[in-house]
Amino acid sequence: MARRENPEINAGSMADIAFLLLIFFLVTTTMNVDSGISKKLSEKPPADYVPPKIKEKNIFEVNLNFKNELQVEGERMEIKDLKDAAKAFIDNGGGVGKVEDGVGTGPCDYCRGKRSETSSDHPNKAVISVLSDRGTEYGVYLKVQNELLRAYSELRNRLSKERYGVSFDELEEAYKDDRDNADLKKKVEDIKNAYPQIISDAEPTSLGN
Amino acid sequence: MSKFRKKKKGMPAVNTASLPDIVFMLLFFFMVTTTMRETELLVENPRLPSATEVKKLEHKSLVSTIYVGKSKDPKYGTSYNKIQLNDKIATADDVPAFIINERTKVPENQQPFMTTSIKADRESNVGTITDIRLKLRDVNALKISYSASKGDNN
Repeated sequence: MARRENPEINAGSMADIAFLLLIFFLVTTTMNVDSGISKKLSEKPPADYVPPKIKEKNIFEVNLNFKNELQVEGERMEIKDLKDAAKAFIDNGGGVGKVEDGVGTGPCDYCRGKRSETSSDHPNKAVISVLSDRGTEYGVYLKVQNELLRAYSELRNRLSKERYGVSFDELEEAYKDDRDNADLKKKVEDIKNAYPQIISDAEPTSLGN
Repeated sequence: MSKFRKKKKGMPAVNTASLPDIVFMLLFFFMVTTTMRETELLVENPRLPSATEVKKLEHKSLVSTIYVGKSKDPKYGTSYNKIQLNDKIATADDVPAFIINERTKVPENQQPFMTTSIKADRESNVGTITDIRLKLRDVNALKISYSASKGDNN
């Protein structure tokens, strides 16, 4: 008796099943890469907290009104010019830095600024204060924050290139991949301490509401 | 003659055996690159502002998301300042409860690394964001991330 050939299994519905699964995943999942501007909020001050006195020249005032207009240090400015103005302020280095544990950081020897008497003393003393209105558009507010961060990262990159030959972005990237590397950690901390990001958000005004 | 007539067949069936393979490939691609949608959006998908200094958010399980935007349901009004927590439209006063609830899902030693991601529409107001921020500070949720898409803005 001749052996009968195995009948072929009908796989026609396989595609349907796979499609079903595919469509299920298409519908229930999202493909967003979550990214954003990270910020660390300051802790809630105790009731009897007295804010430290900061010299007027060490504060970089950025104001945003409810019409989304930008005012920097008392003058109108376009957002595109903000980064360079902030850089000039942070990098000014017109005096000596703050004293930590009894040891002064001394004058800023890596600053390339104009060393103007009327601008900031040292990057670790320079405070950027952003005051916005409750009615300000969030998009504009974030753009301003972004420009300020860009100023810092350009300065950090420059210093990092000078000291270690690589940009700060690359340094941080390398550190992220190799958390235990003490040498890298020291470098990252060094740059971060040279240009600490001190951006404070003032309580917003409410003229727009 | 009949010999030839017998040979006349219909169109041969197109071989679709590789179709499931292709679909499976697509399926796996989507399974790998996407994440499960956690909440139904009650606000219109926020048009995120674009920024250059963005950082990727890591550890999805440590991120709690607050949406701010225009409500899809007109009964909540038409402004872009509606806050969505979990599956409902809420006010800034509900933020602390939301954060504390999120904290219970995370082991204690991971809690300091929890991040709150604020996904707000470009046209929402800074006031709303400030309200959220003050409430976050009250419950010591200090790490926040303003969600933004990567792009150059000049």
